[in-house]
Amino acid sequence: MSNFRFVIGRFLGAIPTLLILICLAFLLVKSAPGGPFDFERSLPEEVEANLRAAYNLDDPVYLQLFKYIGDLLQGDFGPSFQYRDYTVTELIATGFPVSLRLGTAAIFLALIFGSIIGSIAALNQNSKLDYGVMFFGMIGISIPNFVMAPLLVLFFSIGLKALPAGGYNGGDFYHMILPVVSLALPQMAYIARLTRGSMIEVLSSNFVRTAKAQGLPTRSILLKHVLKPTFLPVVSYLGPATAAIITGSVVVEQIFGLPGLGRYFVQGALNRDYTLVMGVVVFYGCLIILFNLVVDTLYGFIDPRIKQNR
Amino acid sequence: MKKRTAIIMTSLLLFGCGPKVSNETPIKELLTIGGPSGNELAQEQVFRKNNGSDPGTLDPHRAEGVPASNVLRDLYEGLVSEAANGDYIPGVAESWSISEDGKTYRFKIREEAVWSNGDKVVAEDFVFSLRRSVDPKTLSNYSSMLYPIKNARDVVLGKLPTDKLSVSAESENTLLIELEEPTPYFISLLTHSTTYPVHPPSVREHGSSFTRPENMISNGAFTLKDWRIQDYILLERNEKYWDNSSTTLSQVYYYPLDNPDASLRRYRANELDFTDTTPSEQLPWIKKNLKEELKITPYFGSYYYGFNNTKPPFKDNPELRMALSLAVNRTIITDIVLGAGQIPAFTFVPPVKQYQGKEPGWAKLTQDEREGLARELYAQAGYSGSNPLSIEIIYNTSENHKRVALAVTSMWKKVLGVETKLRNQEWKVFLETRRLKEETEIFRGGWIGDYDDPYTFSELLHSENEMNHSGYASKEYDALLRSASLKPAGKERTNDLLQAEQIMLNDMPVIPLYFYVSQHLIKPWVFGLEGNVMDHHYSKYVKILKAETAVSE
Amino acid sequence: MKKSNSLLNDAWAALSKNKAALISATTMVLMVLMVLIGPLFSPYAIDETDWYRIATPPTLFDGHIFGTDDLGRDLFVRTMYGGRISLMVGLVATMVSVMIGVTYGAVAGFMGGRVDALMMRFVDVLYAMPFLFFVILLMVFFGRSIFLIFVAIGAVNWLDIARIVRGQTLNIKGKEFVDAARSGGVSTIKIIMKHIVPNLLGVVVVYVALTVPQVILVESFLSFLGLGVQEPMTSWGALVNQGARQMESSPWMLVFPAVFLATTLFCFNFIGDGLRDALDPKDRTRGND
Repeated sequence: MSNFRFVIGRFLGAIPTLLILICLAFLLVKSAPGGPFDFERSLPEEVEANLRAAYNLDDPVYLQLFKYIGDLLQGDFGPSFQYRDYTVTELIATGFPVSLRLGTAAIFLALIFGSIIGSIAALNQNSKLDYGVMFFGMIGISIPNFVMAPLLVLFFSIGLKALPAGGYNGGDFYHMILPVVSLALPQMAYIARLTRGSMIEVLSSNFVRTAKAQGLPTRSILLKHVLKPTFLPVVSYLGPATAAIITGSVVVEQIFGLPGLGRYFVQGALNRDYTLVMGVVVFYGCLIILFNLVVDTLYGFIDPRIKQNR
Repeated sequence: MKKRTAIIMTSLLLFGCGPKVSNETPIKELLTIGGPSGNELAQEQVFRKNNGSDPGTLDPHRAEGVPASNVLRDLYEGLVSEAANGDYIPGVAESWSISEDGKTYRFKIREEAVWSNGDKVVAEDFVFSLRRSVDPKTLSNYSSMLYPIKNARDVVLGKLPTDKLSVSAESENTLLIELEEPTPYFISLLTHSTTYPVHPPSVREHGSSFTRPENMISNGAFTLKDWRIQDYILLERNEKYWDNSSTTLSQVYYYPLDNPDASLRRYRANELDFTDTTPSEQLPWIKKNLKEELKITPYFGSYYYGFNNTKPPFKDNPELRMALSLAVNRTIITDIVLGAGQIPAFTFVPPVKQYQGKEPGWAKLTQDEREGLARELYAQAGYSGSNPLSIEIIYNTSENHKRVALAVTSMWKKVLGVETKLRNQEWKVFLETRRLKEETEIFRGGWIGDYDDPYTFSELLHSENEMNHSGYASKEYDALLRSASLKPAGKERTNDLLQAEQIMLNDMPVIPLYFYVSQHLIKPWVFGLEGNVMDHHYSKYVKILKAETAVSE
Repeated sequence: MKKSNSLLNDAWAALSKNKAALISATTMVLMVLMVLIGPLFSPYAIDETDWYRIATPPTLFDGHIFGTDDLGRDLFVRTMYGGRISLMVGLVATMVSVMIGVTYGAVAGFMGGRVDALMMRFVDVLYAMPFLFFVILLMVFFGRSIFLIFVAIGAVNWLDIARIVRGQTLNIKGKEFVDAARSGGVSTIKIIMKHIVPNLLGVVVVYVALTVPQVILVESFLSFLGLGVQEPMTSWGALVNQGARQMESSPWMLVFPAVFLATTLFCFNFIGDGLRDALDPKDRTRGND
């Protein structure tokens, strides 16, 4: 029962969060210079007036905000200013699956490989293998993905002609490899470092040393006593890792020409597509809140002490 | 650790770059195009183009910008069309006649013209479409292009209802258009998307959603199969098009890649057949390694820096304006900074048809002489080393604009000692800043002609034109423009425009920098495209030739 | 006070045993010296264009030891100046977030109870914002001054340090010597200043060392989108971006700034790790880097 209340409590607490997010984003976007209807050929006044009326731009700001929230509750994110024949809801619906695919694959890759690599390093501490892994870790963290991605393309697509240089092509495997790897690399490196540090810590803890001294088989030590505390910090890093993946996706989608939300967002911001920008911010905000909820719950299950403290 | 790191990193990066500057590849790949006869077609007739960005809409009456026009050109056909080399040829109208006074045009719609659903294209369709185009409720931002048509202006401004537009169907196949003045470039206007016909039943039924792939009925060589935002636009051959037998392609892909470097990479990986432009910093490399595929053609556009003539320091200060213009070394900008073959400009209107701008006297001096003159004028304007001019250049965000601005800044500093600040803004903000004329001192300007007549450039500096961001107001200039607009095409009209340009150049309200070139990378197996000054390309002329690679030692 | 002294001594002892951290620290000092003094050794200015030496490789002959970029500007001078900007952005933005975060976290932790709960709830709210999107929005909408970069990154980044500081404050607050001070009648402010803040130094220093590289990366990310520092100023991020575009034709344009950037990031990370090990070994499991 306490589980249930915990989840509900967090859920309800998320609502004011969301509202504040929406208001903040709305005000920010509205106060920006440059309107969506600035075109090279100046509009005749009549037409401009019609445009503004069609998009409700002449109402006072708070009215626009209320209308926006009202529409949101019905799942209507409004019309896009840039793509005049499409609604933001449609755009998010087509863009999100792309980013989702990219992001989930990247997170899994980072998590799995990062943990494995970090564990190997920890189990072979101070060996050449360990240094090699740590070096790789450092490279991953220090080379920005807008350098890594073109390098990968140069090598694999143009040099070896083995992989496509860009495009989504419905998200097929070959087109996703380079973008996912570019996106995952920094996080993989980070998780490797984290796992290694955490595992070394745990391996040298009194608890484990006692178990070893008592002659327990290595395998059961690993499984029963080492895994959980090692991966606790990794689980709690999932939140920031996801945030990093979301922001990294903006670069990766741009470089590889993937039609995801990150790309929509940047184009929207540069083209003053208010509704699209707002839509993406609100959408991601919801996702992050949801994700944090899931992580918190997971964490609560893994480490019962935490739940008590709340 | 640092040294090892540095060495390893450096070698990784250099290794990863592969064989860089040399163009000797260990295994030579020979590409044969078109098989033994040179004309054999590839099995897959698919053309993949980079378009630079996504169109905002595919409604021909509301679309704006080059990317949208490129796609619309394949989807729709107007009264007039163009050959691959840019010559005007009949489109939906198989012939037309112009009255003596140049104000009445009669078009004969060809019998075979049909929509993609089989409906006949009739004159009434054009009446409907042109009325829709000028209707203020359509929210078109290019309706001012149609002002040459009688009453168009009043309809756009809401003073007259749409049915007062002087366009009518004399019969099922005869269209009558009456103009305000004899407009020599009217035929050219009819290739612009604002004049394309739309399918009236579709518009009535779907409203603005008639542009969706599932709803669109068009009359061009291709139909809209799919549009995935920020991914691609897919066009498919329109079997019902009246000239379908001449079309070879079965599909065209338009990609919206706005990053020229990414686009170059995709091109090199053979994922694109055609790029819309090339990154200028990479031009030396491209010229060395992709020489045959780089296609450069003069483009009907003028790149300039405008002064804000409504405020100091440039208001009423022709010496200062002239000094700054003289101090720019245009050849360095075109040959070194940009390097694609742009043409240094000493006049404002690019050469077109019978019009060749007369270069001012200072164009014939050497650059050193010009700089000497610049220094004199600068001093006359009251500036010196101890009292330098301090100004700001505003441009819209782009790598190329930045390079030009940096170059000009450095030239002004070296020659005159001017302190220049640079500010860039994105397109939408830039447009607003430039239009308001409150913050601008020097702004970047570039204009591509809407139709192939000098007037499209001359009118930019007319005192009442909303796109006259420099605030230039000269009674003589305006008078000459007015006089030209009343004349039919011919020597007299050209002379009026030439004279007007002379007057303008003496006042130097803008600094002409260069005339554009279009720069495309086109794969060797793409056949049928020709360079033309408007850079209009129709996919219906394109064939994909067979391409086979043979490995030889 | 005695406790802090021995803490520092312990820290120093532990740190000096960490070879990586020491080498990194030395490297950083050398790096800072280099970016400050380096340009003096070159005859070229940061914006001096040379049309006849466009994109030339490194050479010893005409003083372009790192080569030139695509406008003929000397790469060595630009890399040095770029370093100044990158390091400055890193430090200033981090300091902004530290100032906001430490104050916020210390107050929340110390006040405890409802105030604490409310304040941390607010932090939770902000955590949900896709923060980089807001930075992008701010930069896009309000212009591109370097000042705005500091503020935007700093103001959006303070959440982590606030949480850490609050946690640490709660920790310290529960210790006996604080109770003793309180019951002894020492004022709140004095307690905060004398007992809590010195014990926060540890976490703050670790945070700074680990956040500076992140901020530098954020700036380079903004440069990728065209929103970073503007010409003629430059940063390592901007230089790396330009270099990445021409890595095939002019690899030196990428290699030199990238090496400097990567080295700086390495060093700060090692220093941060070392400090964290030295000051609070238990902290490693928290994972909030």
